[in-house]
Amino acid sequence: MADAQAAGETAQSIPALLARNVARYGAMPAYREKEFGIWQSWTWAQAAEEIRAMALGFLSLGVARGDHVAIIGRNRPAHYWAMVAAQMCGAVPVPLYQDAVAEEMAYVLEHCGARFVVCGDQEQVDKVVEIGDRVQNLQHVIYTDKRGMRKYDHARMNALADVQAEGRAGHFRYEEELNQRIAELTYDSTCVMLYTSGTTGKPKGVVLSNRNIIETARNSAEFDKLRHTDEVLAYLPMAWVGDFIFSIGQAYWAGFTVNCPESPATMMTDLREIGPTYFFAPPRVFEGQLTNVMIRMEDAGRFKKWVFDHYMKVARKVGPAILDGKPVSAADRLAYGLGNLFVYGPLKNTLGFSRIRVGYTAGEAIGPEIFDFYRSLGINLKQLYGQTEASVFITQQPDGQVRSDTVGVPSPGVELKIAENGEVFYRGPGTFVEYYKNPESTASTKDAEGWVATGDAGFFEPGSGHLRIIDRAKDVGKMADGRLFAPKYVENKLKFYPNILEAVVFGNGRDRCTAFINIDLNAVGNWAERNNIAYASYQELAGHPKVYDMIAAHVAEVNASVAQDPMLSGCQIHRFLILHKELDADDGEMTRTRKVRRNVVESKYADLIEALYDGRDSIYTETEVTYEDGRKGVIRATLRIADAIVAPEHRMAAE
Amino acid sequence: MNAPSEGYITPDGRKIGGVLMEMKNITLRFGGVVAIKDISFDIREGEIRAIIGPNGAGKSSMLNVISGFYIPTEGEVWFKGRKRGPMKPYEVARLGIARTFQNIALFDGMSVLDNILTGRLTLMKSGLLSQAFWYGAAAKEEDEHREKVEKIIDFLEIQNIRKTPVGRLPYGLKKRVELARALAAEPRILLLDEPMAGMNVEEKEDMCRFILDVNDEFGTTIALIEHDMGVVMDLSDRVVVMDYGRKIGDGTPDEVRNNQDVIDAYLGVAHG
Repeated sequence: MADAQAAGETAQSIPALLARNVARYGAMPAYREKEFGIWQSWTWAQAAEEIRAMALGFLSLGVARGDHVAIIGRNRPAHYWAMVAAQMCGAVPVPLYQDAVAEEMAYVLEHCGARFVVCGDQEQVDKVVEIGDRVQNLQHVIYTDKRGMRKYDHARMNALADVQAEGRAGHFRYEEELNQRIAELTYDSTCVMLYTSGTTGKPKGVVLSNRNIIETARNSAEFDKLRHTDEVLAYLPMAWVGDFIFSIGQAYWAGFTVNCPESPATMMTDLREIGPTYFFAPPRVFEGQLTNVMIRMEDAGRFKKWVFDHYMKVARKVGPAILDGKPVSAADRLAYGLGNLFVYGPLKNTLGFSRIRVGYTAGEAIGPEIFDFYRSLGINLKQLYGQTEASVFITQQPDGQVRSDTVGVPSPGVELKIAENGEVFYRGPGTFVEYYKNPESTASTKDAEGWVATGDAGFFEPGSGHLRIIDRAKDVGKMADGRLFAPKYVENKLKFYPNILEAVVFGNGRDRCTAFINIDLNAVGNWAERNNIAYASYQELAGHPKVYDMIAAHVAEVNASVAQDPMLSGCQIHRFLILHKELDADDGEMTRTRKVRRNVVESKYADLIEALYDGRDSIYTETEVTYEDGRKGVIRATLRIADAIVAPEHRMAAE
Repeated sequence: MNAPSEGYITPDGRKIGGVLMEMKNITLRFGGVVAIKDISFDIREGEIRAIIGPNGAGKSSMLNVISGFYIPTEGEVWFKGRKRGPMKPYEVARLGIARTFQNIALFDGMSVLDNILTGRLTLMKSGLLSQAFWYGAAAKEEDEHREKVEKIIDFLEIQNIRKTPVGRLPYGLKKRVELARALAAEPRILLLDEPMAGMNVEEKEDMCRFILDVNDEFGTTIALIEHDMGVVMDLSDRVVVMDYGRKIGDGTPDEVRNNQDVIDAYLGVAHG
């Protein structure tokens, strides 16, 4: 343990940080997982013992330096341990998205040449077995949950617990080798390899070094003053860089506790029970929660509804100012205090947000109303802008300078510049090493001086110095008459309506813009119920004339707001249709992180786009869909195309 | 047609043991109506045994005979090598027989957890008084029961509805809770009365998986009645086919599928 102390602040790998944490915080909780209805916990010392046993077990299976160990499963302590254990052996952990279909997995496993795969359960094992003969290097499958696994051929398969037992039993044989391999790890060793979701083309393996992860974790933990007493809930996909930074990078740097939910379906209950102090969620989680609150308030009694509405009005007026520490009158402070007693406190408790010190949202733009709702309750929700290639952090909002339409100032140690065409470039300690086995892409993304193109167009706001992102640089185009076309800008405005789940705007090179709309089944279904509108299927609800009227009203409002912006007033939507199915990652229409794949949608629904422009009122279409288990089917529908009210452009007023 | 007495190995490699329960020449009459007429078959240790037949064939009556709820007019039921006489419901439960119902019979106002706990009632040992005051042995015992129940909740993947009142659950989940309650009794033999009735394809697939897993993990013998032929043929090791109270077929799914009487009963015969 003496060298662990010496390693202190200069730990150059995750295993070294683990040793440091055992020395510093040995008896404090490192991991918790809810199982059998009870939160089970492991201290740093216990976790270190588990991880070591796992690493010894890996050695006994023959894990070599530089091997790739794939991990496919939900957020569980054992899976995080497997990643660190792989690092101890000098191997590279490669977490994969567990909801990926076998086909997608085959590509990644093949590309990284994984010899070992850790699967969460039978479902994942089945997928790996299915593609097993195509992935040449694959040698051994290890699974965490033993259920249903008894009948499998165990010649090349083991339970993770058995691997650990093997490691414990053989520790005399492998101990020396393991210590040797841990000692070899440096700042330049690969810490993890993460595959980008790939909005375009095949996924790319982003290689991140210990330097990338540890320096980024240190900078960002200092930025937000994260401490070893903090708590996070690990519920976002393990294959996503954010989860790796929060649940491994920052958790090991700051020494805080990582809590794993019982199952994806219990996430909300578990969130409430843990009450994290540091929380990250993509906008859709915050949107979903707000929608739920509002739906439930619609059903509340008149008095309760009145109290809620009254104090939410107070919160909207003074809440953000109080949170930012700005001067607020004593009367307002008193009203807010009462609101906290009657509404905000209990509401935050119900949502599991009572203890949040730092909350982040990123990935997509968040609706200003949603953002302000949480901030007005006194929750310190902030935005950050990041990428896998940057080890997440590019810009983030400092406490007290938070707004919904910017993404903040450059993160500590990160430099930014904006190119001629508006594209944002960065470089910093978190900048990735390379794309695995893909030097061309590495060269075209990262130049010799280390500047990386984000692919996003944006600008620094004069005055505050905060960065504002408008759209993907490649999606920003020109309309036929030369005006700027920024589809994301309009889509985000549309998506801020709870009734609209997804929108895709077209218009590049054309004389006017049109849109596909996906309704949100939760919100619209609830609305239909309250208004006695009967429907038998998603398709029927989506095509209902009253739903069309409602969406048309939303589109008209968005048009009015777009018309205000002199630069983007050409992006008003002239015609739209409501899609008969939800855009889905299984159909390739979205990425696993739920970003629309514009080119896929454009080619798949070419007939619908044509109809939007040739003036027809309706169109018959057949669409192929893929079910969760990979089978295919066809849905047929006749879709109505509606005209939208277009607002006059305030060019004069704006100038 | 029937399997050898010492057991057999299924095509997927499961080992089936000796006879656990045997029906010998069962006849059941309600007044003048003959519901079951002279039926004999056995259920083996570790087996998934299905009883199928068209509407009104007497399947549910048969299940009620197996569970001891009906006493056959003629014939004998042998369980674990002993002839079984008339029994009280709690005696049936203690024998290790648990069941689910065609039209769900749960306590709507109670939570999922409490409903499943009721399945362990016969296994609770502490007296009424100590349970009422929740004192000493009773508290410790409840912990043990809760642990068993939590394992079942985990097994059937219903953690997210643990505290939800059953009345608020959709149909498919209620069926799963019912299965959980039956499992909580740690039965030797589990009787399922139309476990897939009224379910959509996805729910049926889930239920099939759970039934197979229960059989595989706990080694529970399962007797089930089912309408969905596809499900029955995929799931069961041996099938009894009934029609108008008579047994018209008995054997592996393949044997039954090729049995002319069965084909006639299901597809109808041309009269004339």
